[in-house]
Amino acid sequence: MQYLISVIDDKRNPGSLDRRPAISQFNERLIADGYWVFAGGLADTDAATVIDNRGEHPMISDGPFLESKEYLAGVWVWEAPDLDVALTLAAEASKVCDRKIEVRPFQ
Amino acid sequence: MSDVEGAISQAYRDEWARLVAGLTRRFGNLDLAEEAAAEAFATAVTRWPVDGLPPNPGAWLTTTATRKGIDRLRRESQRDSKHEEARMVFGHAPTESICAIDDDRLRLLFTCCHPALAMENRVALTLRMIGGLTVPEIAHAFLVPENTMGQRITRAKAKIKAARIPYRMPSKADLPDRVAGVLAVLFLIFNEGYLATSPESSPVRADLTAEAIRLTRLIRQLIPESGEVAGLLAFMLLTEARRTARISEHGELVPLDEQDRAAWEPELIAEGHQLVRERLIAAAAGEAPGRYQILAAIGAVHTSARDFRETDWSQILALYDQLANADPSPIIALNRAIAVAEIDGPAVALTTVDRLEKALNGYHAFHATRADLLRRLGRNQDARAAYDTALDLAGNTAETAHLARRRDRLR
Repeated sequence: MQYLISVIDDKRNPGSLDRRPAISQFNERLIADGYWVFAGGLADTDAATVIDNRGEHPMISDGPFLESKEYLAGVWVWEAPDLDVALTLAAEASKVCDRKIEVRPFQ
Repeated sequence: MSDVEGAISQAYRDEWARLVAGLTRRFGNLDLAEEAAAEAFATAVTRWPVDGLPPNPGAWLTTTATRKGIDRLRRESQRDSKHEEARMVFGHAPTESICAIDDDRLRLLFTCCHPALAMENRVALTLRMIGGLTVPEIAHAFLVPENTMGQRITRAKAKIKAARIPYRMPSKADLPDRVAGVLAVLFLIFNEGYLATSPESSPVRADLTAEAIRLTRLIRQLIPESGEVAGLLAFMLLTEARRTARISEHGELVPLDEQDRAAWEPELIAEGHQLVRERLIAAAAGEAPGRYQILAAIGAVHTSARDFRETDWSQILALYDQLANADPSPIIALNRAIAVAEIDGPAVALTTVDRLEKALNGYHAFHATRADLLRRLGRNQDARAAYDTALDLAGNTAETAHLARRRDRLR
């Protein structure tokens, strides 16, 4: 079962910025234990662009699809046998990243 | 009720949880397990009066339900050949030695009370899957429309399936937290039964308290070594023992000092005391008691006193201190203040209570406690005002009747 692990940051109360080495170490463990599928940190939401081509012309707008204080700062995709395993890892991930984590299954 | 009807409802009480749990293990799907179990009972209702009671009703139900489940799976796979069942995960793997009985019902209980489900959904799912209550019965107990309750259960089952909440014993490291999660659900069911929160409900829901006790007995049987399970069961029994004495014939709440102690149920008290004694021995051996064991001990002190004046308040206060240490919530502090009033008098207690105003201003029991202390201090005007506020916030009809009477006696 694959889970999308979203790292959520908060503009009013951002997590600390020195987490990279710890995250790299954690990633190595995820890979060694067979949970790792994909990981990536995201650029600031200011760098996002939304395009909507459901009408006649593509509409392009600057910024994220949703303006909010909380935003997606990065993602993992994990392969885990069940939610309990994913939640145990996510609890660690939250400590490692110093941020909130959302765990959401793929269909 | 005929013998057969009696046997069917007995089988329902005894076998429902086992049946649903066994089917969940077999089919890896809660929905299917629930439907197959319900169909098996529906078949029993039509067949048993005609064919007579099967020699082993439990085995008959298991066979019938399994067949119904397989039929349903076949129909579903014919309807949609691409349909692939998301199997639930189960297995003994990490935790075999934790429990005396590694029981399907226990796995099911842990699934229904999983922390990834919202509390209200856990309660609904537990009452349906383990308790065997129907959706209308649960909806009625919590005063929500049937389709709302139905959706709650459907949503919880859908999340279990989509997020793959496992059907197995938690890991040893997680076990204490997960047991605490199950106990929180049972505690909530019991409390809603003991002091129903809505004015549209009858003040005491004996069906809910009985169900909570039955489920706690079940989990005690499954995890006999858990002190907190024993503590919660003892707390429920010692509270349930006073249930009938707590409401007058006019439907009014009777406070502890006015209760007819001869109306308390001696058998429940004896069983509760026995459990508390066992936990005291464990505590003496160095096992730190959790909150349910301390609550049970408080219940034991109350039920040991022949009358209100004989209550050992210093012991109750010591227990509340212990409880406040483990759980520093303002509600515990409020209950502790009631013991303080008996030892140091209402003025001292009032000072403590007033400090809780910020945290508990919206809670009726805060104002009711204040009102009672003010009344005892002879501050009738202030007491009336506090009773008024408590009445505005209280929902339970027996409690509002009691508060109104106390208020109206003050001039």
